[in-house]
Amino acid sequence: MAKAVNIRNVVKTGGHAAVLVFFVTFLAFPFYWMLMTTFKTTIDLHDVSKNPYLFNEPPTLEHLRVLFQDTQFLQWLINTGLVGIAVVAITLVLAVPAGYALARMTGHWGQTLGIAIFLTYLVPPTILFIPFSRIIAALGLQDSLWSLVLVYPSFTVPFCTWLLMGFFKAIPRDLEDAAMIDGLSRFGAFFKVVMPISVAGVLTAIIFAFTLVTQEFVYGVTFITSASSYTVSVGVPTFLVRGDVYFWGSMMGACLIASVPIAIIYNFFVDRFVAGFTVGAVK
Amino acid sequence: MMLQPATHAAAAGPARAHTGLLARIADNERLLWRLMLAPAILYIVLLVGFPFFLSLYFSVSDVTVGSREMSFVGLENFRRVIESRTFWTALKNTLIFTVVSQLFVIVFANILATALSVEFRGKWFIRLLILLPWVAPISLGAIGWLWIYDSIYSIINWTGQALGILGPDRWPIWLGEPTLAMISVIVVQIWRIVPLATVIILAGLTSIPQDIRDAAAVDGAGFWRRLLQIEFPLVMPIMLVAVLFGVIFTFTDMIVVFVLTRGGPYDQTQVLASWAFFTGIQGGDLAGGAAVSLFLFPVLVAVAILFLRLARRAEVT
Repeated sequence: MAKAVNIRNVVKTGGHAAVLVFFVTFLAFPFYWMLMTTFKTTIDLHDVSKNPYLFNEPPTLEHLRVLFQDTQFLQWLINTGLVGIAVVAITLVLAVPAGYALARMTGHWGQTLGIAIFLTYLVPPTILFIPFSRIIAALGLQDSLWSLVLVYPSFTVPFCTWLLMGFFKAIPRDLEDAAMIDGLSRFGAFFKVVMPISVAGVLTAIIFAFTLVTQEFVYGVTFITSASSYTVSVGVPTFLVRGDVYFWGSMMGACLIASVPIAIIYNFFVDRFVAGFTVGAVK
Repeated sequence: MMLQPATHAAAAGPARAHTGLLARIADNERLLWRLMLAPAILYIVLLVGFPFFLSLYFSVSDVTVGSREMSFVGLENFRRVIESRTFWTALKNTLIFTVVSQLFVIVFANILATALSVEFRGKWFIRLLILLPWVAPISLGAIGWLWIYDSIYSIINWTGQALGILGPDRWPIWLGEPTLAMISVIVVQIWRIVPLATVIILAGLTSIPQDIRDAAAVDGAGFWRRLLQIEFPLVMPIMLVAVLFGVIFTFTDMIVVFVLTRGGPYDQTQVLASWAFFTGIQGGDLAGGAAVSLFLFPVLVAVAILFLRLARRAEVT
């Protein structure tokens, strides 16, 4: 009996481990491969007769040197950061009050409006980018980072409003009512009582607005044509991938540097992201 | 906690006295809600609603990138689009791309979510690794795959040969042959969406109260019975959410195809979204591009309706 249970446990743990190994290999392998490629010499990368999983020559920093000195990668990182900061600022100014109003509105309207706003997040860039290209041209913003600052809130605002609405709903109304009895106005109560305890929610909105900006590709590739104005997610796949010679080492380094830090920060907040997506289908 | 508002009130008291109008607005709830919502709604109307209607207008006009004037041409663009052979290829590809990738995503995500729903050591790190494809910018992740699928240095081919799966003279050109290229693109989309679907389904699994499981075990329900009659129906709504987002992010996506194949070889891997880009932006035919991209709209509406029904049901229960 004990032995049978043991065997069953072994099979169970073995199966569990096998599932995890399979998926970790499938999902994380491209990043492992980026890491290897970044630090391998070009000769080593191009030698198919040797085992590509090993460093057949000592690791090199040459690809990273090329990336930072001979390409505009650093400029792209800076551009991404600048656009990100501007978009986060616009998003907060618009989404924090809207999220709060939706959370506190009584009756059916709050919920309906909230869902309507969230649904606009689902309107994909691939439907809007063609009219936008014309609008951006009419405004004289082609090839300018301002075009991205203007357009990116069109998806960060709906998502963050929705997220913040959920967050503000969790704050008990009594807190504000007590403050209002003490003489604060409704707006004063929001500003002086609710805001200070909502730091975590606002921080989550900031992280998401910023990561959504770093991930965006369609608008970037549509509006921006000169290399010095690219963001990272557009510059690497359009400008570095050109001609017949691919600088694989530098390119993989660029992907790694631009994606892993974002991934780690995002990882801390992903549960909130899911909660926003599932609209209370999970309680 | 309750003391805090009182101290604030002391500060706010005198300020209130001489801002009569502002104070009245700040206290009139209905007005206040409207004022707080207005900027966000205005922005969304101007930057989602307006371009959307512009896109409808473009699709029945003859606008190009350079044109100053545009005139109404009726359904001419749609006729042109439907008569083009690439449109039917792109439509077929979009459907295959979406359906095949999402079928794999559902199966994979359920297996992986079940494996992650138990506690084990190093779970945090494993979860980080598993989430990487979703949290990293997809245009950069796809570049990683471009290198993996490389025609000369593909690691898949090297490994396949080393393990004896591929014969010594077989060296598939992943992105060079239509069927293989389509498979390659689908694999990357599966790779990208599985993490999202997994965390969504995981959230559903962990929300099943443990006592339901315990009760079923006490009543003698076996593994399959518990899976099919308890876990499955309870996870169903949340799985639907995962599928909805997977479908919408796949059906309207152009990034994976753009980075990996640019629609090639010979437009054989073109999807609607990427073809809209190549027609409208690179080809300068804004009207044609707008007409193509509007074919994405029906699916969007269907998903939105399903989503609304789900949200309503969640509200009722």
